[in-house]
Amino acid sequence: MKNTMKLEFDSISANESFARVTVAAFMTQMNPSMEEVADVKTAVSEAVTNAIIHGYNNEVHKITIFGKIENDMLELKVVDQGVGIEDIPKVMEPMYTSRPDLERSGMGFLFMEAFMDEVQVESKPGVGTTVIMKKKILKHEA
Amino acid sequence: MEIEGKITDKSLIIQLPQELDHHSADQICRETDKLATTEDIREIIFDFSRTTFCDSSGIGMLMGRYKMMNALGGTVRAVQVKGRVAKILMLSGITKIIPLES
Repeated sequence: MKNTMKLEFDSISANESFARVTVAAFMTQMNPSMEEVADVKTAVSEAVTNAIIHGYNNEVHKITIFGKIENDMLELKVVDQGVGIEDIPKVMEPMYTSRPDLERSGMGFLFMEAFMDEVQVESKPGVGTTVIMKKKILKHEA
Repeated sequence: MEIEGKITDKSLIIQLPQELDHHSADQICRETDKLATTEDIREIIFDFSRTTFCDSSGIGMLMGRYKMMNALGGTVRAVQVKGRVAKILMLSGITKIIPLES
């Protein structure tokens, strides 16, 4: 099985649920468990929220999600053209937040890593950030 | 979506929405902080009975309200937390300061 999709939307917080639900719908053809869908929805929510708050600093620009299914592997790329990240290992540390003023918990990447099999961040200051997440969807009896 | 708080005996009860994310957490912060600073409130009770989704923004919202109430000498409670949401709250470690109640 092979399938791809591209989803582009404005970086406003109302689109966080839109992005989660759309990615969840895309992955249904993999016949995932409810737990696997919930895992992916949480990870997507974290990546999109990061793009809105940190990448674009709450300004309205575009966020793109590329989805790819290859057999039992789901790959998602969440892309913004925002401020980018200077020190990637630092922002991925649990409890670290660049915006304590916004009461961010610093757990976004922790949740992405807990619920996906692989999380990779590519970023360049002034150019933007891409978060690549992979998850193997297990075989479930129908 | 409208978040509305209800005050009974110095307890502010917030009925949380189905999905607690950055979008809804911001509205909850505004409503709780407005009431907690204008009314005499000893505790905030977050009712999770309808909530089926929560991400790190929900955790940040709870942490922020905990700090605020702690500074005011009050408490924060989380009631009716179920399934997936309970798992997220436990994973975050916030249950060490806000225990889950049925």
